[in-house]
Amino acid sequence: MSSSAYVQLVDLVKHFGKVKALDGLTIDIAEGELVALLGPSGCGKTTALRALAGLQGLDRGQMIVDGKDVTFHNANKRGMGMVFQAYSLFPHMTARENVEYGLKLRANKIAADNRKARSGELLDLVGLSSHANHYPYQLSGGQQQRIALARALAISPKVLLLDEPLSALDAKVRTQLREEIRRIQVELGTTTLFVTHDQEEALSIADRVGVMRNGVLEQIAAPAELYDRPRTAFVAEFVGLTNPIAGKVSGGTIEILGGVVKTLPGSVTSGDGIALVRPESIDVVASKSGNATVFSASFLGATCRLSISLNDGTRVTAQLPSPEAAGLGAGAPVKVSLLDLPVFVKAAG
Amino acid sequence: MKQSMGVRLWRWTIISFVALYLLVPLYAMFDFSTKPFGFADKGRTFRAWTMIASQPDLLAAISRSLITAAIVMALILFMIVPTAIWVHLKLPGLRRPFELLCLLPLAIPAIVIVVGIAPLYRWISINISESPITLAGVYSMLILPYTYRSLSAALDAVDIHTLAEAATTLGASISRVIFGIIMPTIKTGIVNGSFIAIALVLGEYTISNILNFKTFQVVIAQIGRQNGNVAVAVSLASLLFVIFLLLIIPTKKRQGAVLDVDVA
Repeated sequence: MSSSAYVQLVDLVKHFGKVKALDGLTIDIAEGELVALLGPSGCGKTTALRALAGLQGLDRGQMIVDGKDVTFHNANKRGMGMVFQAYSLFPHMTARENVEYGLKLRANKIAADNRKARSGELLDLVGLSSHANHYPYQLSGGQQQRIALARALAISPKVLLLDEPLSALDAKVRTQLREEIRRIQVELGTTTLFVTHDQEEALSIADRVGVMRNGVLEQIAAPAELYDRPRTAFVAEFVGLTNPIAGKVSGGTIEILGGVVKTLPGSVTSGDGIALVRPESIDVVASKSGNATVFSASFLGATCRLSISLNDGTRVTAQLPSPEAAGLGAGAPVKVSLLDLPVFVKAAG
Repeated sequence: MKQSMGVRLWRWTIISFVALYLLVPLYAMFDFSTKPFGFADKGRTFRAWTMIASQPDLLAAISRSLITAAIVMALILFMIVPTAIWVHLKLPGLRRPFELLCLLPLAIPAIVIVVGIAPLYRWISINISESPITLAGVYSMLILPYTYRSLSAALDAVDIHTLAEAATTLGASISRVIFGIIMPTIKTGIVNGSFIAIALVLGEYTISNILNFKTFQVVIAQIGRQNGNVAVAVSLASLLFVIFLLLIIPTKKRQGAVLDVDVA
């Protein structure tokens, strides 16, 4: 635990009946950092976020924000800004009134003029100043979530909590809005905890991503490190695609696809193992005397994904820049080898 | 999309039947109230209507009933609505028992209720007040099945949990959440429940008559025994008054519900 952390979640434990939603979760978040919690449904990420917001009680643990222990503070006294998965704008208020709501409740009553100026700033920031007098039912889903973001930011929250705010939106709006969230977060420097089950979302905007499973934080790291150097098999398999390829492990290396590559820390150290190889780590070149055949090819724009059958019957997926994959259609003979990148190896069986 | 002639004809046929069903009795009442009822009357007369004002007890009974209705309204707003919200929000396990409790007045005949509460009202008359306004207590129990159903439907239609949590994280106390966020959101349900409640309070006869309170309906019944034309005129006037009340309640017409496209 770092004493310089702005937010400290220490050994959080929460049971729902017999289910352990949080099992000793500990996370530090630096001031101005955006941390994403990623994991499958039921892994405890939302419980952790709600606990920090004060909306969920805990069985054990401590939460410190800006040096103050807020574990037993009521949700309405914590000064957190939250954007929910469901649309949560107050339906009887206009967009501006929604944004001003939190300001009206501040103990040091903010003058009406200042409130209006502040709400104007925030509406401008989310690009919806022209919709200030619209009611929620007059706004699209994306616009409603932007107003919800402006409302959460209006109170200058200690921590901005985002509970899968993009999951109800269509793909295009999701991408636009997540970039906007990041832009605004960087602009304001607001410490942010973002919960999502969408890895692309988490990896694209977070400073660090924490992967959770069964209430436990498996790994927290910068997106690139999480992707390239997973510390557990779950992280390797949950984040991105992997090809499970069996091989012999010894002395920190594994022998697969006719080559030897280094293993990552946390991998099995000897005996039979299954290497979890990223599609980008597989090199494919056209070769009539190769060791594999292309089964199918999917064009993804800048890259091309190839499903390849090795001569021993193993099926692997490789991802190449599209120009390099030109001409590698179904049935093309190819030579498959591994790039010299370390892989995570889990125990066989 | 243009509707076909057949659909429009069918729609207007239904509307016409419903309108006839509602308006014919009103017209019949008006017709009866303007019929001659004395030797001096020749043809149509509004004498029954002009006699309304001279009826003893009538104005007092109307004001008593309206005050009772207002008290029942206040009880709905400050007791029943917050309780229903609290149960939906914080005690979901109690929803079924609470609903069952609220339905009981519907299952128990009014006469049984009167027999049960008569000793209580004797005590109230002796120790607190003889005013019929005290009937607000028993009325607020009688209206429960209608009011609660209306509120429950309105609460189920909105994600009140998320709204409550959003308001709480912004700094709202639980009372602000209930009165400032949830209640305005379920306004339609509250108004609907209140209208049914007012109609029941203004129209209730059995309990007030047996407990010997002179409410609006009791006085109308007394007038009816003396002069049927005046009683019908009073009934029609009261109906028109309630319709007038319904029409003057402010409604916020929101126009231009255009779903804007997202901007990048």
